[in-house]
Amino acid sequence: MLIRLISGDRPRSLVLTIVLVAILVGLALAPFLFPGTRSLETAARICIFIVLVASYDLLLGYSGIVSFAHTMFFGIGAYGVAIALNGMGPGWGPILLGAAAGAALAAALALVIGLFSLRVKAIFFAMITLAVASAFAVLVSQLSGFTGGEDGLNYRIPRVLTPAFKLFDQRVFGVSVNGRVLCYYFVFFASLVLFLAMLRVVNSPFGRVLQAIRENAFRAEAIGYRVVYYRTFANVLSAGAAALAGVLIAIWLRYTGPATTLSLEIMIDVLLIVVIGGMGTMYGAVVGATLFIVAQNYLQNLMGIAADVTAGVPILSGILDPNRWLLWLGLLFILSVYLFPTGVVGRLRERKS
Amino acid sequence: MSAPDHAPTLVRASPAERLAPWLPVALVPLLAAIGLAAIGEASTWLTLSVAGLAMGMMIFIMASGLTLVFGLMDVINFGHGAFISVGAFVGVTALLALSGMTGADSVALNIAALILAIIAAMIATGAMGYVFERVVVMPAYGSHLKQILVTMGGLIVVEQLIYVIWGPDAIFISRPATLQGSLTFGDAAIETYRIAAVVIGLLLFAAMRLVLTRTKIGLLVRAGVADGEMVQALGYRIRRLFVMVFVAGSALAGLGGVMWGLYQQTITAPMGQEVMILVFIVVIIGGLGSVGGCFIGALLVGLLANYVAFLAPKVALVSNIALMVAILMWRPEGLYAVVRAK
Repeated sequence: MLIRLISGDRPRSLVLTIVLVAILVGLALAPFLFPGTRSLETAARICIFIVLVASYDLLLGYSGIVSFAHTMFFGIGAYGVAIALNGMGPGWGPILLGAAAGAALAAALALVIGLFSLRVKAIFFAMITLAVASAFAVLVSQLSGFTGGEDGLNYRIPRVLTPAFKLFDQRVFGVSVNGRVLCYYFVFFASLVLFLAMLRVVNSPFGRVLQAIRENAFRAEAIGYRVVYYRTFANVLSAGAAALAGVLIAIWLRYTGPATTLSLEIMIDVLLIVVIGGMGTMYGAVVGATLFIVAQNYLQNLMGIAADVTAGVPILSGILDPNRWLLWLGLLFILSVYLFPTGVVGRLRERKS
Repeated sequence: MSAPDHAPTLVRASPAERLAPWLPVALVPLLAAIGLAAIGEASTWLTLSVAGLAMGMMIFIMASGLTLVFGLMDVINFGHGAFISVGAFVGVTALLALSGMTGADSVALNIAALILAIIAAMIATGAMGYVFERVVVMPAYGSHLKQILVTMGGLIVVEQLIYVIWGPDAIFISRPATLQGSLTFGDAAIETYRIAAVVIGLLLFAAMRLVLTRTKIGLLVRAGVADGEMVQALGYRIRRLFVMVFVAGSALAGLGGVMWGLYQQTITAPMGQEVMILVFIVVIIGGLGSVGGCFIGALLVGLLANYVAFLAPKVALVSNIALMVAILMWRPEGLYAVVRAK
């Protein structure tokens, strides 16, 4: 049963299994294990990023295609819900409608971009998606009447999901179970379902063909698989999943703006997570996203302390500044591309064998 | 046994066939003419066209190195934007240090300061290009995926280092006194700096063509783009050639960065990354590996960006995407397909 649920894709490493179970339990019981608003924010962000990163891994790790338009699809999903909730008021109808519209638009756009640029050369795809995504971000900030421009959109979500709603009058294990906790569980279960669905996709015959294409596109074509169609379909699936992750972040934050969904910084974060976690393993997304977001939220404090200690030393305090943490991540990223191309998960699996 | 009976005849290529390679060149005046028709006013059109040409020239300077590096070694450098930023920061720092010369009321001193700043920027980015090639790019030959990833990582690191060295705030810079102000032709006011940018761009393009078509190194580079293995088989070290082109391309990115910084009059660490989007569009339009295509593509993008910014400001960047799509529909590998799809 359990094996079926994870589509027969076992972690294949004891350490990895323990880490994954710990993350799952930690996220499932987050409101009770780590009470407090900040840790709940962190946990929800981890759930959403796991989906976002896993959907990107479907493209980068399993199909060997580099796209820079992933946050564009993420943003389309988020804006779909945001615009629907903003225009129609809080309710489940607008959420469903916005999510469906966002996912459909993302899939359609991915189809067009894929058919257009994947047939020429894989390297074109990276450049074209970069250009299209930045044009889209500019367009969103220009169409301020529709999208709120640079300020983004604030909107209300159904009352059941807001802190004002109380499920029980008493506290449960010392935690008051309010709408915010319900909203967290909504995000958590939606993320879990999406993640398991993607795990199913990569372990299906379709996923195997993608990996064959990644290893040798020419040979795959020779066996009779239409490489363009498979790549394009992978692009569409990944875009749809990213849009649904966008829906989740729009509901969780009750705000959608260019900085939270469309910015190139998020794209770079996603790229870093996939590579550090491990390309071509869905579990890499889980481990990578958890590490990255916990580090983003808590490691920066440590760097701040280190920067204070070294305040007198000119350059050292500069590179230890908490705002410079991308410097260290960038170095780690380059090193991991060269030294551990399979990322954290790949290393853990090798150790076993 | 006699030879098979056939009589080859030499037929002159039809005019259409001989014109075909020149068709892309005709796109630039065509776009300018469409722009004139759409804008209507000749003086506005002239101002916009010069602005567009100036922007195109600067983009060309930044893009030419990238396209040659790709053509020669099949290496795509997503970190090219880092050189643009570093060039701008080094150049602007030099200009600020030479403020006595830039503020002086003497054309010669102004120009000298600008040239010194450009030289400083080009040396800095050239040296950086050498290190970047050795440390970051070299281990990733042959794998596009790795190249994209590591050069992107290099871009992040360099950008962060700029923050560490120059601080997180944007730096404002005013142009040397001679390049401020504008000239008027009839009703049209044209900024002096844009004319200077066009002149520098044209000179550079001419110099590049001369080097590529009239010198031995240029011959080797072109041969390397066409068939690197053959050049190697003839006994030339293509590696060394490649490092040279990489360093030259990085230095050009530095030059472009200084010019772009003076054009915008503000410089920020992500500026290179932002311009890179236009650079990629240009490189794709021109055809990866083609300097001529890159030149035409840059002019098209510059002109279109300025016309559309005047006619419908909201869709300026989208118009460049539309241009790219239109060109790729017509020629799927860009205006001049030098490097065959691999």
